[in-house]
Amino acid sequence: MQRRDFLKKSGKAIALAAITGGVGFAFHNREKSTGGGLYRFDRSFEVAADSSLPKITLAKSEVYENGLNRALDAIGGIKRFVKPGERVVIKPNVGWDRKPEQAADTNPVLVGEMVRLCLAVGAAEVIVTDVPCNDARRTFLRSGIKEAVEKNGGTVILPADDDYINVDLGGKLLTSWPVLKYFIETDRFINMPIVKQHSLSSCTIAMKNLYGIIGGRRNQLHQKIDQSIVDLAAFVKPTLTVIDCTRVLMRNGPQGGSLADVNIENSVICATDQVAADARASLFLNLNPEQVGHIVLAEKSGLGTIDYLSAGYKEIS
Amino acid sequence: MTVKTVRNLRRISQVLFFLIFFWLILKTNFEVDFAGGGGGASGDEILLPYPVSIALQFDPLTALGTLLSSGTIYKGLLWSLVILIPCIFLGRFFCGWICPMGTLNHWISEIPSERLKRKGAGKIESNRYKKYQRIKYYILFFFLGAALLGSLQIGLLDPLALLARSIGTVVLPTAHTAADGFLGWVKSFGVSQLVVPFQFVYDLLAPIFLTFRQAHFHTILTIGIFFIVILFLNRVFSRFWCRGICPLGALLGLFSRFAIFGLEKDESKCNKCQLCVLHCQGADNPDIGSKWHQAECHLCLNCQAACPTLALKFKFFPNQKVTRSNPTSTPKINVTRREVAASVIGGLAVVPLFRSGDAYDVNSNPKLIRPPGSQPENDFLAMCIRCGQCMRVCPNNALHPTFLESGLEGMWSPILIARIGYCEPSCTLCGQVCPTNAIVELTVKEKIGNEKIAPNRIGTAFIDRGRCLPWAMGRPCIVCEEWCPTSPKAIYLEEVTVVNRKGEKVTVKQPYVDPEICTGCGACEYACPVVNKAAIYITSVGESRSDKNQIVLERNRAQINK
Repeated sequence: MQRRDFLKKSGKAIALAAITGGVGFAFHNREKSTGGGLYRFDRSFEVAADSSLPKITLAKSEVYENGLNRALDAIGGIKRFVKPGERVVIKPNVGWDRKPEQAADTNPVLVGEMVRLCLAVGAAEVIVTDVPCNDARRTFLRSGIKEAVEKNGGTVILPADDDYINVDLGGKLLTSWPVLKYFIETDRFINMPIVKQHSLSSCTIAMKNLYGIIGGRRNQLHQKIDQSIVDLAAFVKPTLTVIDCTRVLMRNGPQGGSLADVNIENSVICATDQVAADARASLFLNLNPEQVGHIVLAEKSGLGTIDYLSAGYKEIS
Repeated sequence: MTVKTVRNLRRISQVLFFLIFFWLILKTNFEVDFAGGGGGASGDEILLPYPVSIALQFDPLTALGTLLSSGTIYKGLLWSLVILIPCIFLGRFFCGWICPMGTLNHWISEIPSERLKRKGAGKIESNRYKKYQRIKYYILFFFLGAALLGSLQIGLLDPLALLARSIGTVVLPTAHTAADGFLGWVKSFGVSQLVVPFQFVYDLLAPIFLTFRQAHFHTILTIGIFFIVILFLNRVFSRFWCRGICPLGALLGLFSRFAIFGLEKDESKCNKCQLCVLHCQGADNPDIGSKWHQAECHLCLNCQAACPTLALKFKFFPNQKVTRSNPTSTPKINVTRREVAASVIGGLAVVPLFRSGDAYDVNSNPKLIRPPGSQPENDFLAMCIRCGQCMRVCPNNALHPTFLESGLEGMWSPILIARIGYCEPSCTLCGQVCPTNAIVELTVKEKIGNEKIAPNRIGTAFIDRGRCLPWAMGRPCIVCEEWCPTSPKAIYLEEVTVVNRKGEKVTVKQPYVDPEICTGCGACEYACPVVNKAAIYITSVGESRSDKNQIVLERNRAQINK
């Protein structure tokens, strides 16, 4: 063997050995893996309290838009909640593949009107979205919400797999959960639930509706449903809660299916106190809010007042 | 019009029909137009905007197979005459001009390979008529024999069903995973300038090629491997599938035996260059000096276009003179009567073989949950061509190809796997796309039922009390009841107070299933928070399509809504 050959060959071998060893050491990690980062969220969607205004208003009308407008005007009007240029997300309950008359999803007339009102006072963008139980394409279509929102100039977004951000919810029970990003990347959050019977939490109204902002295996939250609801309500603190009490699902909730399960109430509630709002709305289901676990726990946790009359209640007939 | 123009027309035709076929599969999808308009929220029915299974209805093999196995030609399958009757006069033009599977094989055969490198002798030899080309006739007669006894197996190898199944359940979902994975990888570098162009391309292509939700299909590997092997065989022989395996090609070959269109060879002009064989797609011996096989010819016209001396010519009523070079313009297919008989008998024999085992009637697999509106099992097996359209269209990814859940006989036919997706009560898409009536098209009313008609049931739910949170662990949970879509709910709750390990009294609601109301939709199994193996699950018992597979005594055939 020539000296030149010897040097060449052994040089190559040594170089490869050095690279191999180098790569091994470069990627060596003695630490335990800590996983991905967690998004921390510490903004508030709420508007400043105004003691001259009621915290909860209720209006009745067979024309749903009228009911909404009157209840909203009595609590300060849309201008109090949405400022020009702001981004607004509306969270109706669009959980199930049901038609409006079945009262499983928020009435599209109310959602459409809310979109119109926000845009009329100069909102930059109004997004309507939800993380439904049934297929999102079907629920938004059949509930009539897609059509109503688009007709009034809003944007419907169906959640996609990569639309979630892992957020520290900072709750007693709920810490890291995937939250649909549109509910975070916004200036204002309007919660628009419907009133329904629920076998575990007695009722699903405003605070329970917030289940729909998160993804993941949220079905497991039912094991400690009251604390989960309260943790979510404490995390979100919406700008405004608008409750659809036009048609109330008395039985077979939260999906219903039969018109025999539905009571006609023709009412709309607007509230800045979500506990008071749930307490008042639960009366439509013939419940005593003092006996509804999550409403009681929410008051204890300082999120609002069960005694909605003392909180500042105004009924517009 | 010169032959080269006609050949270019053939190329355009191949591209066009392939794109149409592919587009129809892409559109076999529950789409809601979110750009505004459309949809139809007001009505009960959500209908597909296009007749997405139309391509499968032009398939003469499906028409003949279902005619033999079920006694009828269902709806749009009569379109298949549009292919079959011209074939009688022209020959296998479908294979060379239209068939998307043939086109795919054609293209892949042209990818440079070891075989194509050995130009000249080697390639010419591989393009000559070979004995293996008879296999497709054996397969055809075998399948027709089985169809005679009510077992429709043609879908396994029918090129249109095979391609629809492979693209719908393997290629597109795999592309989805790959695209998402690649984009995620690009994003992982955390450089936004890098992500922008890729995200742009992704956002451009995703609405066209990807479904709203990534689909995950059962036994995708068996379908995928089968498809890849077929495509890979093109490296060994050009269009191995079309020449040797395809039972539709065999059927069309059979029907082309009286064709009045064919190849005329002029011996005097031939210079023995063999360019015709070099470019032959069907391996039908277009050259002078060997016998041309009409039944193998795809009418691609490559031989005529390649011939430098104009010795070959396709024409109506080609010269019938009996010479060694072109003994007859319409030779019979190259299989003997004895081989045909043996193949048919084999097909006849395989049906009792399938069914003498622990088949459906004897020991039905409880997980054999057919789509809503499915025919009784024996009729179902006589109609399903395993095209996978129902699986592709299902918005919940609930329908999957079987592997052996319905025996070897029903391989790749649809079942519902509720853990992956449940059956949406208001959805009737699988029945809408089924090209053969294996899944009867239901209206929403027929599916959900009302006071007068019973709902369509696909099974019944059962609770595994050993895994259920309120039953076994004293933890609250009512998720199955919450998800139950019937009204009144088939799942009801009993409130009980149990004592936990710490001695505390806990009040929980324990679920029960009412088998008279349950439709087996599987929403409960899908939603059950016991993650891997659900504490509530459905089995096929109670399915509307069977009069035997029942538990409720009162439920007899008369109640079943057909």
